[in-house]
Amino acid sequence: MTTAAGSSEFYLAQFSAAENHLPGHDAPWATAWRRNALDRFRELGFPGHRDEDWKYTSVKALEKQPFDSVLEPSSHLALTDIERLIPAGVECIRIVFVNGHFSRVLSDTAAMPAGAEVSSLATKLRDEPAAVESLLENSPTVFRNGFGALNAAFMTDGIFIRLAPRTVLKQPIWLLFISGDQDRAITSQCRNVIVADTDSQATIVEHYSTTGGKATFTNSVTSITVNDNARVTHIKLQQENTTGFHFSEIDVTQNRDSFYHSHSVALGAALARTDIRVTLQAEGAECRLDGLYMGDGRQHVDHHTRIDHLKPHGKSTEYYKGVLNGNARAVFNGKVVVHERAQKTDSSQTNRNLLLSRNSEIDTKPELEIYADDVKCAHGATIGQLDDDAIFYLRSRGVDEALARNLLTFAFVDDVIRRIEIAPLRKQLEQTILNRLPAGTSLRGLVYNDA
Amino acid sequence: MASIKYDINTAVDQRYKHGFVTDIEADSIEPGLNEDIVRLISRKKNEPPFMLEWRLKAFRHWKTMQDPAWAHVRVEPINYQDIIYYSAPKSRDNGPKSLDEVDPKLLETYEKLGIPLHERAALAGVAVDAVFDSVSVATTFKDKLAEAGVIFCPFSDAVRDHPELIQQYLGSVVPYTDNFYAALNSAVFSDGSFVFIPKGVRCPMELSTYFRINARNTGQFERTLIIAEDNSHVSYLEGCTAPMRDENQLHAAVVELVALDNAKIKYSTVQNWYPGDENGRGGIYNFVTKRGDCRGVNSKISWTQVETGSAITWKYPSCVLRGDNSVGEFYSVALTNNYQQADTGTKMIHIGKNTRSTIISKGISAGHGQNSYRGLVKVLKGADGARNYTQCDSLLIGDKCGAHTFPYMEVTNPTAIVEHEASTSKISEDQLFYCLQRGISREDAVSLIVNGFCKAVFKELPMEFAVEAGRLMSVSLEGAVG
Repeated sequence: MTTAAGSSEFYLAQFSAAENHLPGHDAPWATAWRRNALDRFRELGFPGHRDEDWKYTSVKALEKQPFDSVLEPSSHLALTDIERLIPAGVECIRIVFVNGHFSRVLSDTAAMPAGAEVSSLATKLRDEPAAVESLLENSPTVFRNGFGALNAAFMTDGIFIRLAPRTVLKQPIWLLFISGDQDRAITSQCRNVIVADTDSQATIVEHYSTTGGKATFTNSVTSITVNDNARVTHIKLQQENTTGFHFSEIDVTQNRDSFYHSHSVALGAALARTDIRVTLQAEGAECRLDGLYMGDGRQHVDHHTRIDHLKPHGKSTEYYKGVLNGNARAVFNGKVVVHERAQKTDSSQTNRNLLLSRNSEIDTKPELEIYADDVKCAHGATIGQLDDDAIFYLRSRGVDEALARNLLTFAFVDDVIRRIEIAPLRKQLEQTILNRLPAGTSLRGLVYNDA
Repeated sequence: MASIKYDINTAVDQRYKHGFVTDIEADSIEPGLNEDIVRLISRKKNEPPFMLEWRLKAFRHWKTMQDPAWAHVRVEPINYQDIIYYSAPKSRDNGPKSLDEVDPKLLETYEKLGIPLHERAALAGVAVDAVFDSVSVATTFKDKLAEAGVIFCPFSDAVRDHPELIQQYLGSVVPYTDNFYAALNSAVFSDGSFVFIPKGVRCPMELSTYFRINARNTGQFERTLIIAEDNSHVSYLEGCTAPMRDENQLHAAVVELVALDNAKIKYSTVQNWYPGDENGRGGIYNFVTKRGDCRGVNSKISWTQVETGSAITWKYPSCVLRGDNSVGEFYSVALTNNYQQADTGTKMIHIGKNTRSTIISKGISAGHGQNSYRGLVKVLKGADGARNYTQCDSLLIGDKCGAHTFPYMEVTNPTAIVEHEASTSKISEDQLFYCLQRGISREDAVSLIVNGFCKAVFKELPMEFAVEAGRLMSVSLEGAVG
C-alpha cells in the first residue's frame, strides 16, 4: 500500500540478504524466532495514527527514507570520541556498541566483579545459543508492535548481563550506544537482556548518542528482570542529534520485594519514543519511574509508561516533567493498572509540563485502571507556564526578566535531575541544560556560585 | 442533610421500583431499519420535506459507519434490524389539550412513579413536557412560558411550527456525521423537546422533561435542542426511569445546546434507566451524544448529571467554548452496581480567548460494576488565557468492581493552564468506625459517606433533584454494602 522508500516493505525485502549475517543464524530456534518476528512485522507494519497508542506520534517521517542495517562491526571511532561522552569523574564499567555492534576496543570491563556475567548477545548467540534461548523466546515485549517485531528480526547485538545472587556492583555499568555514518542513513537494532538475581544490586546506564552527518534510526529493546530483593537503578540517556529517530522499549519484570528505579532523560533526536513497561508480579515490589523530556525546534518526544500491579503490597511512584520550546511537541501517556488481586497497592503519578512557546504542544494522558478496592491511587497532570509572581519576585530583587525565566525553567528541570544518584552525571546534565538556555552563561554563576 | 437520610433497609428490600409495563395500545411499526422506515417515520409525524431530506442523509451516512469499539465497556452486538423505530400511544390521535384529557392510564403511570404531574407541577413551578414512548402527551404551563416568549414544545411540533429555527440550528452542534449513534438518532429520532429562549429573557421556571421507555422493543431516540439567545437564561432538568424487562434496550439520544452572547444554560440530568438485574441480565444501553456550543461571548453552559441507571452508559456531555470568556462546566456522579458499566466524561474544547472550564467527576463502583471517566481537554492555538481544572475521584466498594480514568489533555497554547488530578480510594475503616461508634448502622454510614463524596456535584443540582439524587444513590447501592 505504502510506497515510501523506508516503508515496512523495504525492511521485509532486506531480510533475506541480512539473515545469514545475523547472530544465531546457525541455531534453528533462533532462525525460527527471527522469521516468526518478521511475519509479525509483515502483519503489523509501522504503527499508524489509527492505533490509539500512536495517536499523537506519527512515524511517517521515518518511513520516508531507507535505513541500511550494518551487518559487520566497524572501527571508525577512537577512544577519544568515546571518552568525552561519559562525564568526567565517573568510574564505571564501560561497554560500547557502535552501529549496533559490540566494540571490545572501546569497552573497559576491568572493574567487573566476579559475580557479574557480562557479554555481548551476539557472542552469546554464537558460542552458547542454548543459554539465551528461553530468555529471548519468553521476552514479553517481542511482538507488541511493529518496532518490537522489527527489532527481533534484525537484532545485530546487544548486552547480556546476569548478576549472580548477592552480587553488588560498586560501579555503574555504562552501556554506550553510538550510531551514525558519514555516507548513508543507517539503523541500529540492539536487544539487551539484564537479569539481576536475588539480593543483587546494580546501576545500569543506557546511553544513546549519534555521530556522523546522516540520519539514524535506533530501535532498541531492553528487558530487565529484577528478582527477589534485588535493586536495579536504570538510567536511560537519549542524547542523539536532531537527525535521529529513536525508538526504545524497556520491559521490566519485578519479583518479590524488589526495587527498580528508572530515569529516562530525553533531550535529543528528531523523533523519540520510549515505552517503559513495568510488571510487579510478586508481592512487595516497588518501582519508581522518573523522567525528563525537553524539546526545541521541531523535535517530537514521546513517553509511554505502563505499570501493572499484579500482586498485593506493591508500590509505584512516577514523576515526569517536560519543557517545550520552539515548534516542539511532547506526548506523555502514563498508565497504571491495578489488577484484581493487587490489594494494598500504593500508586502515584505526576506529570508536569511547561510550554514556553507559541507553537509548542503537549498531549498528556495519565490513565488509571483499577480492579481492586483496597488501594491508594492518585495521579495528577498539569500544563502551564512560568509563574508570573515568581518572575516578579526575582525582578523586584534585580534579576532581569530573561534570567529570571531561565532560572525558573532550570529549577523546574533540575528537580528531576537531582533524583539521579551519580553526581558527575548530574552535573553534566545540568551543564547541557544550561547550554540550551539563552541566559545559561549568566545563570551558571547563580547556580554554581563559581563564575 | 435530613433529606438525604433514607431508610436503607427499605431500599435493600425493594426491587427496581419503577419496573412495570403500562398496558396501552401502541401504534408501532415493524422492526427493522431501511429508507422506507425513515420515510414512514417522517410521514407519520407530518414533517416538512427538509426534515425528511436530513433524515435520509443521516441514514445514508450511518450505513457507512461502524459501532464504536473504543469505550471501556463490553457490549453484546446489537442487531439494528431487530429494533422497532417508531411507537406512539394511540390516544395521541385525540390530541389532549389539558391534563383532564390525558389517558387516565398514563396519569396512573406517573402516579406509580411518584410523580403526581399536576401536583408536582403546581407545587414546584415546574413545567413538565412528559415524553411517553416517543410522543409528548401532556404539556403544562405552556401559556405562562408563551407569555415570556419562551418556546417549550415537543420537537415534532417545533418542526411544524418553527421550521426556520430548526433549519438554522438542528445539527449545528452535533452534525449527523458526528458519530455512529448520533447518525442513527438523526435518521430515526422520534421526538424530544425544543426550547427557545429569546433575547434578554430569563426563563420564568425550571423546565423539565421526563423520558420513559414503555413499549417493549422500542428503542428511544430522543432529540433535544435548546437555544438561548443573547442575554437569556434557562435551567433545564431531565430525569428518567424505565420499566423492568429482560432484553437490552437501546437509547441513543442527542442533545444540542446553543448559547449566544451572555446566555447561560444549565442542563441537569438524573438518569435512572433500568440497570439490569443483579446477574447483569437486561437493562438499558444508554448511548447518548450531548454537546453544548458556547457560541457567544461570555456565554456559559453547565452540565450536571447523576447517572445511576442503565446497563451500559456511554455519554460525554461536552462544551465547545467558542465565544471569548465563555465558561463550560461538568459535574458528574456516576454509580455502577452489579454488572453495570459506565464510560462517561466530558470534552472541553477551548477555542475562544479566556475560556474557562471546570470538570468535577465522581465515580462510584460497587458489585461487579465498571466505571470509567474519559475526558478530553483541548486548548487550541487561539485560546489565550484558557484555564481548566479537572478533578475526578473514584470510590470502590467491594473487590470485584473497577474504576478507570482516561483523561486526554491536548494543549497548543503556552498561556493556557490545565490541571488534572484524580484519586481512587475505598471507604476507609476509620470513617466507618467513627460512624459506627456513634450508633449509625453500617448501611447508613456507607450511605452517608457516599453522599458526602458526591456532595460537590449534588449541590449543583436544583433542590428537588438533589433530594431525589440522594435517594437514588441509596437505592442503587442496595446489596453492595456490608
